[in-house]
Amino acid sequence: MDNPIENKDFVFTSESLRKKFRLSEFLSEKIITGVAFLSITIIILIFFFVFRETLPIFGQTKEAHKYESVVKQEQYGVITRDTIISENQTTTEESITQEPDKATIKSLTGKEWLPVSDRPRYGLIPLLVGTLKITLIAILFAAPVAILAALFSASFAPSFLREIIKPAIEMLAGFPSVVIGFFALMVMASFFQNIFGYDTRLNAFVGGVAMALAAIPIIFTITEDALTAVPHSYKEASLALGASRWQTAVFVTLPAATPGIFAAVPLGIGRIFGETMIALMATGNAAMISINPFESVRTLAATIGAEMAEVVFGDTHYSVLFLIGSLLFVFTFGLNALAEFYVKGRLVKRFQGK
Amino acid sequence: MMMKRINKITGTLFISTTAISAFFIIAVIIILVIIIIIGGKDSFSWEFLTSFPTDGMMKGGIFPAIYGTALLVLIMSVAAVPFGTITAIYLTEYASEKSILAQTIRFAVRTLATVPSIIFGLFGLGFFIKFVGVQMDSVLLGGQLKWGQPNILWASLTMALLTLPVVIVSVEEAIRAVPREMREASLALGATKWETIRRIVLPGSRSGIMTGTILAVSRGAGEVAPILFTGAAYYLATLPVSLSDQFMNLGYHIYIMATQSSNVDLTLPIQFATTLVLLMLTFILNLTAVIIRSHIRRKAK
Repeated sequence: MDNPIENKDFVFTSESLRKKFRLSEFLSEKIITGVAFLSITIIILIFFFVFRETLPIFGQTKEAHKYESVVKQEQYGVITRDTIISENQTTTEESITQEPDKATIKSLTGKEWLPVSDRPRYGLIPLLVGTLKITLIAILFAAPVAILAALFSASFAPSFLREIIKPAIEMLAGFPSVVIGFFALMVMASFFQNIFGYDTRLNAFVGGVAMALAAIPIIFTITEDALTAVPHSYKEASLALGASRWQTAVFVTLPAATPGIFAAVPLGIGRIFGETMIALMATGNAAMISINPFESVRTLAATIGAEMAEVVFGDTHYSVLFLIGSLLFVFTFGLNALAEFYVKGRLVKRFQGK
Repeated sequence: MMMKRINKITGTLFISTTAISAFFIIAVIIILVIIIIIGGKDSFSWEFLTSFPTDGMMKGGIFPAIYGTALLVLIMSVAAVPFGTITAIYLTEYASEKSILAQTIRFAVRTLATVPSIIFGLFGLGFFIKFVGVQMDSVLLGGQLKWGQPNILWASLTMALLTLPVVIVSVEEAIRAVPREMREASLALGATKWETIRRIVLPGSRSGIMTGTILAVSRGAGEVAPILFTGAAYYLATLPVSLSDQFMNLGYHIYIMATQSSNVDLTLPIQFATTLVLLMLTFILNLTAVIIRSHIRRKAK
């Protein structure tokens, strides 16, 4: 009886079939779209706010005069400002207050990192050298081991072994970096010292090996995914032509997956470059320039982590630490963009045969 | 004949090299875990977990650090999970795969996932504390210092930004695992898009949201760099009660005890035990997430 089809009043017209405007639909779509923008907003905000705090270094070179420190205090709303330092700054003569700011920019390219001294010097070179040294050591360990392990897992391992290896290495990715840092500091440092017999217990080598542990899961996972994504027909064709398993893996699967591996290594480098806790705990934190891997180093990220807590807000030192942060951010952003656009595009093209 | 033999030997050598690499990584993981278990098992007890540090953190337990970490990840989840879920819904249900907006959002999410954690710490300091906090103080409290300094709210929000990509990726995967037929059935019965999402898609991806939350909590519990200067404290005699309090944290506690303590050797067993607690916590969380996730994947097939 109440079947709508038998109801004579119910007629499908173009009017009744049109999508009705509903407020709840409209609102939910707009709100969801709005929230989705959040990730983009955060990236932009990070860019903006990390750079904003570096501006004082560059902005104050021209009009450096006696009132500067007072103005600076107002701008940053500093309340916890160290009294000794503010006393120092307000009582110094005009000529001296003018000098440090010009000197700051000049000292950025210098070879000394002495932020807390009578004449602070903010030379980034030792920090850069230290970071590059650690990154090099770590990637030299992590990349071959992770790529070979991925090759084993993707091409040679029987499936039951693969079911163990993959989750175990993914578990390593879940280890907090402070745990790896602690292990490096307490166990690995002494272990390597006993083997190699060098003087400084905490050095670039220990830090680099520890950071390799943090980078291995990233490189392994991405490489493994790239290797398993190689179409089966490639391998079958190679095997059908009489190539052995290892020949197929080395001359067919590996070359086909190279773009993926080239994506994995930059991401691993990015992880090492920005790793803070391991660097803080296991590298010795001495800012010096040397190529000896068994000397202490201080990385860019560790410098921020170690010094930001003690710094006076709004001070030049504070701004320089933010400048280091900007450098790190720009560098990892660049690496990610490289992995994203250049490499993934090529991977897709290759497998689609375009 | 000779050639074939050389080929075979090279092959065996190569395959063994790859196998050795894989087993080497596994061996290092096992050694790391065993050493930490051996070092920490003597000090590890129920009392250790539930009592306060005593004698200038030389003795006693780590309860405030556990409590602080729990509070941190709780506030973090409240912030990160809804926003992450909604972003994942947008990416799977509303945005078309090819649209520039969706691709930009995906790129932003992946960038967020690769930004070094110390940068989040700097951002938390520059944005939450020095910008939002200071503004709140001057507007709400007339310049009195309350929000413009490190506290658990700012630390949690900073951590939420860091874990947002983790939530988004997990939830997205779960939403994609909801069969298309279920959506179509719902739409065919006259439900609107939003009704379908609310009644069909979201309940169907509940376990994915769960996985995302657990993974985010595990990540947030272990990260130290973002909270170094946004709210973590060396030592507090009382537990945090308000959002504007500072807090103790497991990872930060390990870092402080291992590097800044006056007598590192004397507290070594406590340090190992604290590391063991953190490792167990993240391990159990990750394991739970892996189990739920493999369950989802099996269901999707």
